[in-house]
Amino acid sequence: MADVKPTTSFNLSCPVPRVADDRIVLAHGGGGRLTHQLIEKIFIPAFSNDALEQRHDGAVLSVNGSRLAFTTDSFVVRPLIFPGGNIGDLAVNGTVNDLAMCGARPLYLSAGFILEEGLEMETLRTVVTSMQEAAAKANVELVTGDTKVVDKGKGDGIFVNTSGIGVIEANVKKTIGPASVEPGDVVIVSGDLGRHGIAILSVREGLEFESPILSDTASVWPSVEALLNAGIELHCLRDLTRGGLATTLNEIASDRNVCIKLEELLIPIDEVVQGACEILGLDPLYVANEGRFAVFVPAAQADAALEIMKKVAVSEGSVRVGVVEQGPGRMVVLQSRIGGNRVVDMLSGEQLPRIC
Amino acid sequence: MKFLSEYRDQKAAEQLAQAIRRNVTRPWTIMEICGGQTHTIVKSGLEDLLPKEIALVHGPGCPVCVTPIELIDKAVAIAQRSDVIFCSFGDMLRVPGSSRSLFDVKADGADVRIVYSPLDAVKVAKSNPARQVVFFAVGFETTAPANAMSAWQADHDGVENFSLLVSHVLVPPAMEALLSSDNCVVQGFLAAGHVCTVMGFEEYFPIAEKYEVPIVVTGFEPLDILEGIHMTVAQLEEGRHEVENQYTRAVRREGNRPAQDRIAEVFEIVPRQWRGLGEIPASGFQLRGRFQKYDANRRYPFTGVPAHESPECISGLILQGIKKPHDCPAFAVKCTPENPLGAPMVSSEGACAAYYHYGRRQTHDLIQPELPSAASR
Amino acid sequence: MCLAVPGRVVEIFDAEDIAFRRAKVDFGGIRKDVNLAYTPEAEVGKYVLVHVGFAISVIDEAEAQRVFQYLEEMGGLKEELGEIPQ
Repeated sequence: MADVKPTTSFNLSCPVPRVADDRIVLAHGGGGRLTHQLIEKIFIPAFSNDALEQRHDGAVLSVNGSRLAFTTDSFVVRPLIFPGGNIGDLAVNGTVNDLAMCGARPLYLSAGFILEEGLEMETLRTVVTSMQEAAAKANVELVTGDTKVVDKGKGDGIFVNTSGIGVIEANVKKTIGPASVEPGDVVIVSGDLGRHGIAILSVREGLEFESPILSDTASVWPSVEALLNAGIELHCLRDLTRGGLATTLNEIASDRNVCIKLEELLIPIDEVVQGACEILGLDPLYVANEGRFAVFVPAAQADAALEIMKKVAVSEGSVRVGVVEQGPGRMVVLQSRIGGNRVVDMLSGEQLPRIC
Repeated sequence: MKFLSEYRDQKAAEQLAQAIRRNVTRPWTIMEICGGQTHTIVKSGLEDLLPKEIALVHGPGCPVCVTPIELIDKAVAIAQRSDVIFCSFGDMLRVPGSSRSLFDVKADGADVRIVYSPLDAVKVAKSNPARQVVFFAVGFETTAPANAMSAWQADHDGVENFSLLVSHVLVPPAMEALLSSDNCVVQGFLAAGHVCTVMGFEEYFPIAEKYEVPIVVTGFEPLDILEGIHMTVAQLEEGRHEVENQYTRAVRREGNRPAQDRIAEVFEIVPRQWRGLGEIPASGFQLRGRFQKYDANRRYPFTGVPAHESPECISGLILQGIKKPHDCPAFAVKCTPENPLGAPMVSSEGACAAYYHYGRRQTHDLIQPELPSAASR
Repeated sequence: MCLAVPGRVVEIFDAEDIAFRRAKVDFGGIRKDVNLAYTPEAEVGKYVLVHVGFAISVIDEAEAQRVFQYLEEMGGLKEELGEIPQ
């Protein structure tokens, strides 16, 4: 019988550790730890200023006595067209939502297109039509844009960047952002999770659905507007895009040095989305959403906030999922279905499907 | 989801946990072999429900973790060939070899593709007749029937541009190797439920007998694992050392005969290197007979540089359950998922990665005050 | 490697050689193609355990209930003994 010995007998040198320091890897775009490292190590030091230091979805700027929100986002999704929408919907709703997360009424967008040589005109038309419809629905105007074309092979069909401007009304007193989050705040999510990510994967992986899972891409401004109009004290708003709920909450917990405690039983996930995650070996907490956001409100206002959100179509599935506590800081902790606890960590890179 | 969600029920879990607490009179160390079980335990915080007397240790249940570093290096070398499409399960992509992982070479432009089924790799071969398709056939016995079928169907359909880089590992020899070691701390085993679905559990009777350890074939959902522990504790408390089956809804004593037949047709048993444990006799599979033509080891003879293993990585001790990840000085300091020194930190089933992601960084316990339970709302 | 998920057999596609026998299996609303070579006894309406695209076992529905029956019995027992303090 083999005598199993611990591995102290290897006498060769240590391997080069996998440090993603010298090259950009896909994981840098995943929204997880490496993305944050990139932002902290390269971008913020270079451009440092107050607005950027807020590390929020958009920048809140004072211009001639008005508060404006300004944001930008680029869209590189593959496939370009998926159940429930296309890159055009994402491009409009994504930027509209970033503005909404600042508590700003979205007003104007720009759109920059990088098109790949050989792209079918029909695809471009579909995308642009969707953008026009999404913009109309969100009450924003696309007022300026730009187009470039790159050689075949140098782009994924279409890359889109949209930038947006919104105005923060006078009645919004407190700055809405991670800095305003306090222990005791209640965390609410505006609906069930994981639809967008699964919609995308269903095309990539050829999953067949009895009734297809559609991306949840939508403007969430109506929900934010209702909360603002009702005078709810909003501490923080965050959309749950790349990296899902887990990543967003980790960012906030880290920025504000608090602990966010979630209860698995409360987190809303559609059965079919859950099933897709089971088969693919994915954790729904990390799957992207494009029409969902998290709200941090003082405990006393949580019930009122929920009532208001549930009355707006885009957030009718709103549910309380957790609370903010003082410590342990910079952590998101989940009480599992069966009552045990675990940390919900930041992902290192992209979530890969597993079979193990 | 039916036959899944019910096994995650909180009340039932608490009931089973109470049953375990009632039974336990002294400390016991129980090992679970399968990475999927490790994953469930850590993800559901299951150990929080157990009495302190129960120590759960995680065994070499991660085929990804125990794949020898030389084989990763070989996979990486093959994947870098311009005529090759390298297909693999997602789990293998980030495991570091001596210097690179499949993910790294994919970033550099190698055609590395994630597949869900070995049959997908055969399809890729059929659609790309001018390229060579190599499939990384990693896994326990659970995956062997599928991998065997891919070779069998390729042969049946006359596909020639297809080969398998086989890295199968067998559980019972590993259990024996662990139990026969002087350092063995394990008093009871939760046997890997899906391995037994395929292979049955006949092989475990002589092991239970010889080493006087209870072995309970266990499933993967929280209730399964709790019930498995409950049955193991009962045996330990009563001084029994039998083989029992908790996972009766999926496992029969004789296992899956058609699957075993196909495995025997395509594979033969050979000695295998286990990363971190050394060589264990009769613990791996290799292609046999007319399927040898699909052996990537033959198609791509490799005279590579000898493998470098990090001297700091104590994966061997971890895989034997002698140490926990947080006992390792490099854990969460030098060795993180972004900079893994060894396989258990990279594989999603590896004990180190599981501990890191799910928070057991300082000690066994999460350091934080009690959460209010859902019931108290 | 042990991720196997239970799904319901919706439609079976027989083949001359059992190695190619397939089914459409439903996983809570998602349909996937699954190879049935290793579960010749699988029928429409039954549940199979699927690993990397292959059914490796037919779920024994009676056995699946066993743990819940046991817990029910235990629950009755607990009432007799009273709550065990933790």
